Amino acid sequence: MRNLRKAYKDVLAVDGLELEVRAGECFGLLGPNGAGKTTTMEICEGLVSADSGEVEMLGLRWDSAAGQLRQRLGVQLQDTQLADKLTVLETVRLFRSFYHAGPTPAEVIALVQLEEKGKSRVGNLSGGQKQRLAMACALVGDPDFLFLDEPTTGLDPQARRQLWDLIEEFKASGRTILLTTHYMDEAERLCDRIAIMDHGKVIALGTPRELIASIGVEHVVEFSAGGPAKPLALSPLRQMDGVRDVRSENGSVQMQVTELHRAVPALLDELSRQGLTLTELRTHSASLEDVFVTLTGRHLRDE
Amino acid sequence: MSEITIPDLPSSQAARKSPHASTWTERPLAQLTLVRFLEFTREPEALFWVFVFPILLAAGLGIAFRNRPADVLKIATVTPQLAQSLRQEKLLDVAELPAAAAEEALRNGKIALLAVPAPEGGVVYRYDDTNPEGRTARMLADRAVQRAAGRIDPVASSDHFMREPGSRYIDFLIPGLLGMNLMGSAIWGMGFAIVDARRKKLMKRLVATPMPRHSYLLSFLLSRLLLLVVEVGVLLGFGAVVFGVPVRGSLLDLGLLCVLGSLSFSALGLLIASRARTIEAASGLMNTVMMPMWIVSGVFFSAQRFPELVQPIIKALPLTAAIDALRMNMLQGASLAHLAPQMGVLAGWLIVCFGLALKLFRWR
Repeated sequence: MRNLRKAYKDVLAVDGLELEVRAGECFGLLGPNGAGKTTTMEICEGLVSADSGEVEMLGLRWDSAAGQLRQRLGVQLQDTQLADKLTVLETVRLFRSFYHAGPTPAEVIALVQLEEKGKSRVGNLSGGQKQRLAMACALVGDPDFLFLDEPTTGLDPQARRQLWDLIEEFKASGRTILLTTHYMDEAERLCDRIAIMDHGKVIALGTPRELIASIGVEHVVEFSAGGPAKPLALSPLRQMDGVRDVRSENGSVQMQVTELHRAVPALLDELSRQGLTLTELRTHSASLEDVFVTLTGRHLRDE
Repeated sequence: MSEITIPDLPSSQAARKSPHASTWTERPLAQLTLVRFLEFTREPEALFWVFVFPILLAAGLGIAFRNRPADVLKIATVTPQLAQSLRQEKLLDVAELPAAAAEEALRNGKIALLAVPAPEGGVVYRYDDTNPEGRTARMLADRAVQRAAGRIDPVASSDHFMREPGSRYIDFLIPGLLGMNLMGSAIWGMGFAIVDARRKKLMKRLVATPMPRHSYLLSFLLSRLLLLVVEVGVLLGFGAVVFGVPVRGSLLDLGLLCVLGSLSFSALGLLIASRARTIEAASGLMNTVMMPMWIVSGVFFSAQRFPELVQPIIKALPLTAAIDALRMNMLQGASLAHLAPQMGVLAGWLIVCFGLALKLFRWR
């Protein structure tokens, strides 16, 4: 009844994808630009039809129950510009008129904390306010299933946090969210489960913790040492205890390690043996970014 | 997970009110139409082009081509005898000049004609025969000279002047401008709004809601008809009050003609905007469609001036049909029954364009 199953092939953007989103969870699609996230979303939203394969949501299918589905889905697209000349209230009222049921326009505006902006023109809102208005338009039909395509891209940290609160609020009410993002922290914070996409395929699937655990690394150590005159020999580092992988990139070295407390002293010993001084040292817990780098050898935001 | 500070989302159960009997103002069509209307009225440029510009144009042309009392023509002569004969004609302003000065005035165009005595009591008229004023002056001067010499006209004649409203240029112009305005505002109104919504992905966003698609298209037509009342009223009112342009046909018929015309042009606008993704592409298309009609459809001068061969094509254009019908209604008081051919042309454009637009329309 509340499961989403799809398995379709789209030669260009999405290639034989198979996913199941469980009722009440927040499912994240993560991947670089051009990975097929948006196409996947648009197929689910009924905006694009898949070349093959099928989508089932809330027990309904697009070909037989499009009207019913649209009543129950909330959609926020990546770069919609709402009409600048209308006010916030007029915009929400317009969207509300399309749905049979749902909160009143004033309630939704209060929900996204735009009460004071009700009479302002959309063109005069800030980026974060526009994004919250877009969210209001997605929530105005009281959806069971919410699609959010990069909801916080281009927003400042405070505006992002406000939107995250809003999404968590919606999730807490037991409804389902499908979210795309290329921000790691966003995915880690909001999503129960994540599918990492690349070139139209899912290359990893699981909870954020599972995904991070799957690369068998707990920490990442980044440092720079030596210089053009005295290059650092990387191979001894790979032999060290608790080190899984070492990469060098633009003069800085990344070590994926399982045991930080053993790897760092070993690193310092090795550097002094090579006669090099450390110019920079950073460590962080392994993140989804590291998962992506491990799986593809590229960074998420390379493109 | 962090504590949530926002007020509770109305829970699914509580908020899913039974489809409440929504008042008509909460229906999608009413809301979409309202929004279109609001957007238009908040666009100062659009207000100018639709309401102010036609009035300025009508006022300017009306003043430039206003009917003046027949002009008095300036002529000159060199002898007092001739001058006296010529002064009998009230439509001539006769100056008696020395020969050299008279020659120069003629060359400069200050006078339309120079009358000089010829040997044996005759008169020579010197004037530019390609200039209508010169030819008129020749006829008037000669009549004055002949009558002064004792000619009696064999047939008695008298004049009856026709300066009634309805036969002046402004009377011809106002229906033309009305037709042009119906076309312009419908095509621009539809075209830009639709392409803009498509370009901003607003249309895609709307399509992702349960909005009935026909309501979206219908809302454009309805908001057009709302504006039409104002548009037509302003231009006709201006013509009637300032220039006394008559409306001899029934006002109801005139209203129906305007509605039909506006719907046809809106359908044309819809067709033009059905696929374009950019404003540039759309405005290029709009100009290509409208420009020829501005010229050949008889807005400013009669379409009859074009060769017989192309008349059937000109008559089949929607603007020609609209303007012809408006003129016949306003100036000749023709009823709708007499305007069947023009209404048929408009209805044909409406059906064909709307049908094609529905087939071609790009919803993304």
